Amino acid sequence: MSEHQERRASSLAPLVGAWLVVGIPFAYGVYQVLVKALALFRARV
Amino acid sequence: MPPAALAIHLSIGQVYAFSVFKIPLSRLIGGAQSTPGDWSLTTLAWIFSVAIVVLGLSAAIFGAWLERVGPRRAMFTAALCFGSGFWVAAAGVALHHLWLVVLGYGVLGGVGLGLGYISPVSTLIKWFPDRPGMATGMAIMGFGGGAMIAAPLSVSLMTRLGGIAPHGVAPTFLVLGAAYFLYMMFGVLIVRVPPPGWSPPVGATNATRRSAGPNTDVNVAWRTARFWLVWIVLCMNVTAGIGILEQASPMVQEMFKGRITAAAAAGYVSLLSLANMTGRFIWSSVSDYIGRKATYAIFFALGAALYASVPALGASDALPLFVIVTAVLLSMYGGGFATVPAYLRDLFGTSQVGAIHGRLLTAWSVAGVLGPLLVNHIRDTRLAAGVSKAHAYDTTMYVMAALLTVGFIANALVPRTSKDV
Repeated sequence: MSEHQERRASSLAPLVGAWLVVGIPFAYGVYQVLVKALALFRARV
Repeated sequence: MPPAALAIHLSIGQVYAFSVFKIPLSRLIGGAQSTPGDWSLTTLAWIFSVAIVVLGLSAAIFGAWLERVGPRRAMFTAALCFGSGFWVAAAGVALHHLWLVVLGYGVLGGVGLGLGYISPVSTLIKWFPDRPGMATGMAIMGFGGGAMIAAPLSVSLMTRLGGIAPHGVAPTFLVLGAAYFLYMMFGVLIVRVPPPGWSPPVGATNATRRSAGPNTDVNVAWRTARFWLVWIVLCMNVTAGIGILEQASPMVQEMFKGRITAAAAAGYVSLLSLANMTGRFIWSSVSDYIGRKATYAIFFALGAALYASVPALGASDALPLFVIVTAVLLSMYGGGFATVPAYLRDLFGTSQVGAIHGRLLTAWSVAGVLGPLLVNHIRDTRLAAGVSKAHAYDTTMYVMAALLTVGFIANALVPRTSKDV
């Protein structure tokens, strides 16, 4: 790996980590809502 | 910067999930049922109302301070207020003192909400001068998403901690206070302010570059007619959106009686939350291309037409179309919140946009009180006049369409920015 690639990788890692910290709870929330929203189509009389 | 903003907004968005605590809080003494010593649901509604009013007031009062000290210190103060607000409220629940819960969650937490809401806005706009709508939309989408995380998390915590205290409310408040403080501190630690004169690399975006307005001091800006026109724009948009949000579950069950169960109604409310959240990102991003004035013109013209069509959809039993129409309406409600910081930036520049946005959020406080009052009053009056439950919402929808027409006029009167022409 070249020096340039190493520098790029080392600056990318914290960015990916930060996005994961906010992305995982966000995805969990969206999933929970989607599951609930499906009830609209399942539980109609 | 976007993850820092999202960490703050995902946390404070919890306020939209406060309703999950209402039933447990109303049965702290009675246990399975409310007893005369318990707090009523009407009384408990004050906790949320106070939080939203304090949100607007603190954003208005501390906005100028935020511009002076920068986003990190403001976000830290927000984390401290929001986290400790839960702890004070936990003490109020344990001692069964409602004033302490209002003081903790409503006042202290409300200050955390207001400061947290406006803290990342001006920094995001400075990082993304070519796409201010998308940047602030992403953060404000987090505010919509916060409730989606908080609601299942709070229910799960109350179930697990139910053995320690009645319904597990007080220990849940303690855990949430600590968890939100730490999560918001993550945002505090990673927030970065762009260097002076920073601009994105040429060719990094295809969005139309919309120049910011001349930098205006907050104390000058809020005395201009254009500020108050945008205030009316936000207030009308929020009041109309609350018209559906406030009554979504009973409304769909009563308008389509026999076709919608309680579980399906809960699913409908979730679908509206999703539309509200995605609308924040999509509409604000669209505004970077078509302009803020045109975006709000769509919200108000299309919104008024859709609100006016809701009674006919109910009468003709067109449930799928009703769901689609109300979801579009809620997407525009969210979009209104998310697009307004970029609108202010176009009109008043970037230097004090956080402070000006703070003053503008008083429109939300007014709408937060006015909207539910209006909607409930109209419904009660219609029912008292002998109108069936299925048609009790018709007048509300026409009133909401009228409010959006007022918003359309106010938006049309806002002077065009150079790039809107």
